[in-house]
Amino acid sequence: MLELNGLYKTFNRGTANEKRAIDGLTLTLEDGDFVTVIGGNGAGKSTTLNLIAGVFPPDQGSIVLNGRDITNLPEHRRAKYLGRVFQDPMMGTAATMGIEENLALAYRRGRRRGLRPGVTNREREVYREKLATLGLGLENRMTSKVGLLSGGQRQALTLLMATLKKPELLLLDEHTAALDPKTADKVLKLTEEIVSREKLTTLMVTHNMRNAIEYGNRIIMMDAGRVVVDIRGEEKKNLTVKDLLEKFNIENDRMLLSE
Amino acid sequence: MTFLTGLLNSMPGAISQGLIWGIMAIGVYITYKILDFPDLTVDGSLCTGAAVCVLLTLNGTPMWLAMLCAVIAGLLAGLITGLFHTVCGIPDILAGILTQLALYSINLRIMGWGTDNGSKANLPISVDKYDLLVSARHVQAPALHNPMFVLAVFVVLLIALLYWFFGRELGSALRATGANGNMARAQGINTNFTKVLGLMISNGLVALAGALLAQYQGFSDINMGRGAIVVGLAAVIIGEVIFSKIFRNFALKLLSAVIGAIIYYVVIQIVLRLGMSTDDLKLLTALVVALFLAIPFWKSKLARRPAAAAAPAKKEADVDA
Repeated sequence: MLELNGLYKTFNRGTANEKRAIDGLTLTLEDGDFVTVIGGNGAGKSTTLNLIAGVFPPDQGSIVLNGRDITNLPEHRRAKYLGRVFQDPMMGTAATMGIEENLALAYRRGRRRGLRPGVTNREREVYREKLATLGLGLENRMTSKVGLLSGGQRQALTLLMATLKKPELLLLDEHTAALDPKTADKVLKLTEEIVSREKLTTLMVTHNMRNAIEYGNRIIMMDAGRVVVDIRGEEKKNLTVKDLLEKFNIENDRMLLSE
Repeated sequence: MTFLTGLLNSMPGAISQGLIWGIMAIGVYITYKILDFPDLTVDGSLCTGAAVCVLLTLNGTPMWLAMLCAVIAGLLAGLITGLFHTVCGIPDILAGILTQLALYSINLRIMGWGTDNGSKANLPISVDKYDLLVSARHVQAPALHNPMFVLAVFVVLLIALLYWFFGRELGSALRATGANGNMARAQGINTNFTKVLGLMISNGLVALAGALLAQYQGFSDINMGRGAIVVGLAAVIIGEVIFSKIFRNFALKLLSAVIGAIIYYVVIQIVLRLGMSTDDLKLLTALVVALFLAIPFWKSKLARRPAAAAAPAKKEADVDA
C-alpha cells in the first residue's frame, strides 16, 4: 500500500520561475491497484512519480510505502522497493553494456554489491527464459549491447528489468510516449501481462486517454498538482473517453488528446 | 644510418616509458572512458606517488612498502576529488583542478620532509645506493631486471586484476554509473559511492605510475605530472583509434591504452631525433590530442545531415521489428 500524505513541491522557489508543481497531494494506492494517471502538461504527474522515486524530496508531506516512511530515503536506497520505466527509452538502460549485464544490474537491485560475479551462468538461464516471454528474440542476443536495440525493444527490456525482482510498486512514467503507435501498443500489452501475472501495484502516467481508460482498475486525473478525479471499479470499466470529457467538464480537451 | 641505429637504440627507453605511462593511461581510461568523469587530479597525483615512494625509500622503507604507500596516497587524492564532487557538489573538472592545485603544495612538502625549510621541488634517488625496481640504467640489459620486462609483468598483472574487478558486482555497478547514472540509481546503485571509488582506483594507478617513473628516471620532481592528463588521454585515444575495431574484450581495451602510450613515446622519440626541441613537445601533444578529440565530433556532424532525411524510414523499420 502506498500513501501520499499532503505532499507539496515547489521548484525554483523565490525566483521569477517559481512553480508550484505539487499542491497538497494526497493519494492512497491499495495493494494490486493498477492506477492510470492523466492530466495536462504541468499537472504534476511526472513530479509525483519522481517524488515517490526519490529523485528529489518533497517540501512537505510524507510518502509511506507498506508502512515504511520513505520520504527521506535517498533514491538508490528506496530503489529496492520500486520498479521504474521512464519516458525516454535511453534512460532506463545502460547502452554500452550488454543485455544480460543490464538484467544482472536489475537482478541485484536492493542487494549489497560486493565482489561476487557480475553475472552468473545460472542467472543467464533465468534471463533467457524471461527474455523469451517478451517475444522479441532478445534471448538470442544476450551479450549484444543495449545501444543496438530499437526504442521499443529497450522499453520492453526496461520493463523486464523493473519487474525482474518483484517491486512493491511499479512506476511507469509515460513509458510508451516516445514510441510509434504500433510499438507503444505492444509495450502496453506487455505491461498489462506482467502487471497482472505478478499482481503488481502500479502507477502509470500517460498522455493517452484511451490507454488510461483501457488499462488498469482505477484512473485518476491530476490538475495543478493535486488529484481532481478518481474513478475505480465498475464505473471505471464502463468509462469512455466521451464520458470522461463530459462528466468532468474538461474544457481544454485538446490539451489532453493531442499528445 | 646513424639516425636509424640511434633510433633503434632509443627504443627500449621509449617502450619502458610507454609502459609506465600506460599504467597511468589505464587510470585515465577508468575515469574518462568508464566513469565519464574528466579527472584532472592526475597531474598532481602522479607526482604525489613519486614523491611518497622516493621519500620513503630514502628513509629506509622497503621498496614494496614504499610503493604501496604511494598507491595509498593516490587513493586518498582520488578520495578528495570524489568528495569535492559528491559531497560539496563541485563540477567534475573543477573538483579535479582543486585537488591538483592543493597537491602541488602537498608534493613540495612531501619531498621536503625533514629538510630545514620543509619544502623541496626535486628529490633524487640513486640506483647505486637503493634497491630500485626499475631504472633507466638497465634499459639495455638482457636480464630479468630490465625495466621493459618488469613493467610488462606489472601491466599484465594490473590488467588481469582490473579485468577481474570490473566483472564483479561492484565493478559492474561502476560501469553502469558511467554509462547511465539515472539507470544506476533506479537499480539501487549509490552513484556517489561508485564515482568516488572509481576516482580512487584511477588515482591509485596514476600514483603507482608516478612511483615507477621516479625510480626509472632516478628522481621525483614537482613538475613531472604537468600535462599528465593530456599524455594519458593521448594514449587512450591512440589506442582506441587503432584497436577499437579489433579489441572488444575489456582486458584488451585496457591493453590498447597501454599500447597507445607506447606508440606515443615511440613517436615522441622519432620527432625528437628528427630535431624537435623537447620544449615544444607539450605543444605537439596538445595539438595531437585536440585533433583526435575533434575527429569524432566532425564525423558525427557530417553524418547527421543524411541521417535526418533517413529517419522516418528507420521508424517504419522499428514497427516491423
